[in-house]
Amino acid sequence: MKERAYDIIVVGSGAGGGTVAQELSPLCSDGLRIAVLEKGPKLRDAEFTGREFEMARVLYEEGGGFLTAEGTMTLAFGSAYGGSTAVYTGTSLLPPERVLHHWNVPGLTLDEIERRAQKFMAQNNVHLIEDELINENNRLFVEGCRRLGWQVRQFPVNVKGCRGSSLCNLGCPNQAKQGTDRVQLPQAERNGVEVITRCEVLRLEEKKLFVRVFAKPEGATGEPSPWEPGEYCIAAKIVVVSAGAVGTPALLLRSGLGRRLPRLGCGFTAHPALIVVAEHERPITNFVGHPKSFYLDEFAESDRFLLETCMYFPFITAKSLAGFGEAHSSFMRAFPRLQMILVLACDPAVERNRVTIDAAGRPVVHYYFAPEVTRTLVRGAVASARIFFAAGARRVHLPMAQPPTVEARDAARLDPIAEKTPFHLGKVTVSAAHLQGGCAMGRAPADSVTDPFGRVHGIPWLRVADASLFPDSVEINPYLTIMSLADRVAEKIREEVRSL
Amino acid sequence: MPATEHPTRNPSAAQLSPALFSFRPLVRAIACTIVPEAAALDEKAWANFETLIDAALGDRPPALQRRLQLFLRAIDWLPVVRFGHRFASLQPAQRARFLAGLENHTVQLIRSGFWGLRTLVLLGFYGRPEAAAAIGYKADPRGWEAFR
Ligand SMILES: Cc1cc2nc3c(=O)[nH]c(=O)nc-3n(C[C@H](O)[C@H](O)[C@H](O)COP(=O)(O)OP(=O)(O)OC[C@H]3O[C@@H](n4cnc5c(N)ncnc54)[C@H](O)[C@@H]3O)c2cc1C
Ligand code: SF4
Repeated sequence: MKERAYDIIVVGSGAGGGTVAQELSPLCSDGLRIAVLEKGPKLRDAEFTGREFEMARVLYEEGGGFLTAEGTMTLAFGSAYGGSTAVYTGTSLLPPERVLHHWNVPGLTLDEIERRAQKFMAQNNVHLIEDELINENNRLFVEGCRRLGWQVRQFPVNVKGCRGSSLCNLGCPNQAKQGTDRVQLPQAERNGVEVITRCEVLRLEEKKLFVRVFAKPEGATGEPSPWEPGEYCIAAKIVVVSAGAVGTPALLLRSGLGRRLPRLGCGFTAHPALIVVAEHERPITNFVGHPKSFYLDEFAESDRFLLETCMYFPFITAKSLAGFGEAHSSFMRAFPRLQMILVLACDPAVERNRVTIDAAGRPVVHYYFAPEVTRTLVRGAVASARIFFAAGARRVHLPMAQPPTVEARDAARLDPIAEKTPFHLGKVTVSAAHLQGGCAMGRAPADSVTDPFGRVHGIPWLRVADASLFPDSVEINPYLTIMSLADRVAEKIREEVRSL
Repeated sequence: MPATEHPTRNPSAAQLSPALFSFRPLVRAIACTIVPEAAALDEKAWANFETLIDAALGDRPPALQRRLQLFLRAIDWLPVVRFGHRFASLQPAQRARFLAGLENHTVQLIRSGFWGLRTLVLLGFYGRPEAAAAIGYKADPRGWEAFR
């Protein structure tokens, strides 16, 4: 086994890890050695082809098809240089005040989150996209909401030179979307941080990491790892784990910390989501233009759902439509006429929804749908149908309804669907991309895994800086909050690094 | 596989897996029921379909592949009880009725099993660039410039 030594190791290069790396990188000029270990590959610019299967396979964990143990929800999360920010859409929002209030993390306020987020919003060029770049898929959402008297909002997005290819979730082929892969990691590297890709951290011991570096397979995309393939033992004074809401609890559990930290893995939340589709009479611009420009949060507090514009690729769309045969195919053949809305449920963090590991140490996510969460999804889908019809759609596909197609002339069916439709888990495609919790911040081991600065209770050399810190649902697109928390964790490390 | 070769993301791993090989006629019969357009696929298109499915299966945990095999075996034989024939010998309407029974089954595990199989078929079919083009999906990295 080869050996290495660093002052600080960051595990994972996504919204949390990339940010921590950048914020700690000035320490390199004082002679500190810092490395980011990332298990995914780093693609060359020309390798971002936008092809659905190819990109999903190379940029996502399990090709984007990671299933919960119950088989009822697919979790989408990135595994690449930049983590999930390589595939995110780049909508940039801050949580509502009520969320911070409910989290009740000592000393953590919305003002602080906002102050820290300002820095990343500036770095990531967060702004409202120009009107002429907005496509009809988005405009029809606005039109429908306005006709219903609902307060639609425009997403600030973090793009620079967006060409409107609508391929954000397959990795931007134009390097326009600003994730840690484009902004924070390159900056950290310029300041002297090493980023080791294709490098998986297997387990931790006291100030030590055991890792495996993978060879680049024959014919695969991406750069080879800067390190020789093989097993390594790395000594580090501080380890920051930013492996995401699935990867971080799993790594700490593999490292035998479950007994010391009874809350480890508990309280996983995900914003379970449904993709709802409608067909218009005429073709609309949908697969061209930035996919996600507007949202509706009017019902977030009262009914616990958010609606967002979205546009997916053929396979994901096919998977999201319920049923099969001619009825299913007829929606697919109407692709140029399709409008889409993403319904996200604000699901509470509950103890039994948790990350565990199997006998081989692989992460297993247990997610049980509370009846109020499936009810929320149904209500959100029905609200989407009302928007579609108000925008002139001729028919809507509601995946939980029986039959799923609702024609405009039958819009009266929506009320009974909203009230009575049972939600058949396992039949309806539910997916989630906002994975949170599992290493919650808090006061003591009885209620949390870390303190309010991401310091793991009782283990001063071990920190967490990613979405797993959330004590409960953030109720909005999470990346800016993650960056702000990572910034907070990094600040504390800068203060303490000399004394550790 | 050497320990330092990543278990996923190995393009050379895309060879017909045992999970699929012994069930090829059955999988095709299921595929034609789920996506009727699949009936028009030629051998080359079927090969692409199978390559996609195999690659996706290769990225999944082995336990999932075992469950899939079990599920396929059940689909193959269970229709004998109800219709007197194995799945591939059923009429299209009988096939559709049988699969709809799995999709809407009262037991969640069976619904999930069917969902997984349906997902694989949809991947094999719509994951092919030709199928995407055939439904009019023309996303282009050049975005608006290519569109206008
Ligand atoms: C398709 C999609 C669209 C999204 N769109 C938006 C959006 O528009 N706005 C928004 O705010 N949020 C969005 N999100 C969510 C956002 O991207 C994530 O919440 C955020 O990136 C999570 O940050 P993280 O640091 O917790 O984890 P990640 O960004 O997922 O990074 C974790 C990294 O750790 C690596 N890793 C895991 N285990 C190990 C290990 N053992 N060893 C080494 N490395 C390891 C992983 O490979 C991964 O690269 C989206 C997510 C997805 C998937
Ligand atoms: S829509 Fe813009 S940001 Fe998204 S992938 Fe295309 S060019 Fe990149």
